Amino acid sequence: MFALANPHRFLSYSRVLTPWAGGLAAVLLLVGLVWGLAFAPPDYQMGDTVRIMFVHVPSAWMAMAAYTFMASASLASFIWRHSLADIAARAAAPLGLGFNFLALVTGALWGQPMWGTFWVWDARLTSFLVLFFFYIGYIALWEAIEDPHKAGRAAAILAIVGFINVPIVKFSVDWWNTLHQPASLIKMGAPAIHWTILTPLLIMVAAYTALFVALVLMRMRTEIFIRQIHRLQISTALDTEAPALG
Amino acid sequence: MGEFFHMGGYGAFVWPAYLLSAGVLAFMTATTLRAYNRHKRLLHHMEDGGPEN
Amino acid sequence: MDEQDSQRHMSVTQWDMQSPASSWRAFLALVRRDLRLATAQGAGGLQVVVFFAVVVTLIPFGLGPDLPLLQAIAPGLLWVALILASLLTFDRLFQADFEDGSLDGLVCGPLSLEGIVLAKACAHWLTNAAPLIAATPVLALLLNMDMGVLGFLILTFLVGTPGLTLIGALGAGLSVGVRRAGILIALLVMPLYVPVLIFAIGAIEQARRTLDAGGGLDLLEPNALFLTAASLVAGLVGVIAAAAGLRLHISG
Repeated sequence: MFALANPHRFLSYSRVLTPWAGGLAAVLLLVGLVWGLAFAPPDYQMGDTVRIMFVHVPSAWMAMAAYTFMASASLASFIWRHSLADIAARAAAPLGLGFNFLALVTGALWGQPMWGTFWVWDARLTSFLVLFFFYIGYIALWEAIEDPHKAGRAAAILAIVGFINVPIVKFSVDWWNTLHQPASLIKMGAPAIHWTILTPLLIMVAAYTALFVALVLMRMRTEIFIRQIHRLQISTALDTEAPALG
Repeated sequence: MGEFFHMGGYGAFVWPAYLLSAGVLAFMTATTLRAYNRHKRLLHHMEDGGPEN
Repeated sequence: MDEQDSQRHMSVTQWDMQSPASSWRAFLALVRRDLRLATAQGAGGLQVVVFFAVVVTLIPFGLGPDLPLLQAIAPGLLWVALILASLLTFDRLFQADFEDGSLDGLVCGPLSLEGIVLAKACAHWLTNAAPLIAATPVLALLLNMDMGVLGFLILTFLVGTPGLTLIGALGAGLSVGVRRAGILIALLVMPLYVPVLIFAIGAIEQARRTLDAGGGLDLLEPNALFLTAASLVAGLVGVIAAAAGLRLHISG
């Protein structure tokens, strides 16, 4: 019963929190979209392509934030062996994959008018591509191991190892880049972003974050339901077998 | 209005980026909601309308 | 097959009798046992070499018989081909021992799981990576590779492959018990391979430039140091994580 206590408390908290996060996400998305598409001025250098930033930067941010969330939950799961941490890590992975996919594709759609090519092997894009494969591997590992307890432990180990790997990959890719390419690329995320661009950008970042929170909570609740259903199925199966055995 | 969709000549890049983002976010939300509702209903059914979470 | 099985079990019983022996002897015994099993299996290591050669042979058909081009890309090409070939074998690293229960027997012996991982990885390196490295000079000839660069390439192989093998062990340890884990392991280890590959190629490029300029090889040049560090970190993390993965699958 002690093990159940925390998921139960989580269920009651998350029941309140989820609709608020979802509502906040909807409102912020609407404001950010209208502001970003209609009111933000085109950039003097990048023209209207700057508007791609309003969907690109939030997804890139969420791809990394979801991964950090996943790795922290995995660390918690590894240390305290708490099933809720496993559930959290598992819930975040497909969302992180979705955001990572968006970051790659919107980055390519931005790159074509900016650099004249959909893809450049620059450090940032390459790191995200590697992270993309990592997400797929992480989800595949969850799917491949049938026992959810073991799958959770194995995935937690992988996420922690992957988290150690992130700065190494980033460093190596930066290194590789200076080795192979003249530094002639336009630097993204320059500090001198005008507030008329920065405000809708931050609104969109907040909107994506709120959406992630709402969806993660919902997926965690779903996973808890699934495990409860599983337990009920086992106990009813035992109940029906017990008289025959007795 | 036409100017809005034209996006200073970059409409072919800006709009696909937004449409795709909307599509993926909608897909993630829809699959999450569907799985949530299905399993919630199933659990209630199994518990015979037991205590609601 | 029967012969192999008996060898497995024989070695496990030998193990029990040896249990007071030092861990080092137990380690060597396990390496020797795995080598024996690999030779009993026959052409396993050879198959990997053949695959390596096939990949390298296909490339000129894809790119055209342009020797200067092939010479320029040879180090990267050989590194990628080596990685592809090594990915083929990791699914078998712990699988047989896990399925027939010998892994449980090994765990009861004097070696820790980390030691078991290291010993099995050593045997795997000797039967898979070492033949690949040995075959490299022949394939380098086909690509018209410069001899000095070839020497340095082999050096990076020797430094990098232990790290790659232990990362492979990590993938194998996490997915032991999964059927057809080959592609899963490739997915799991690919992001971890990237730094080793990058620094290895960087080191070779650097060496090529110094050789072209008439200088001698500098083994303390940053790329080479980063390669060594990446391989060491990968190896360390690989051993710990592979053992943790095996532990959770064994303890049930």
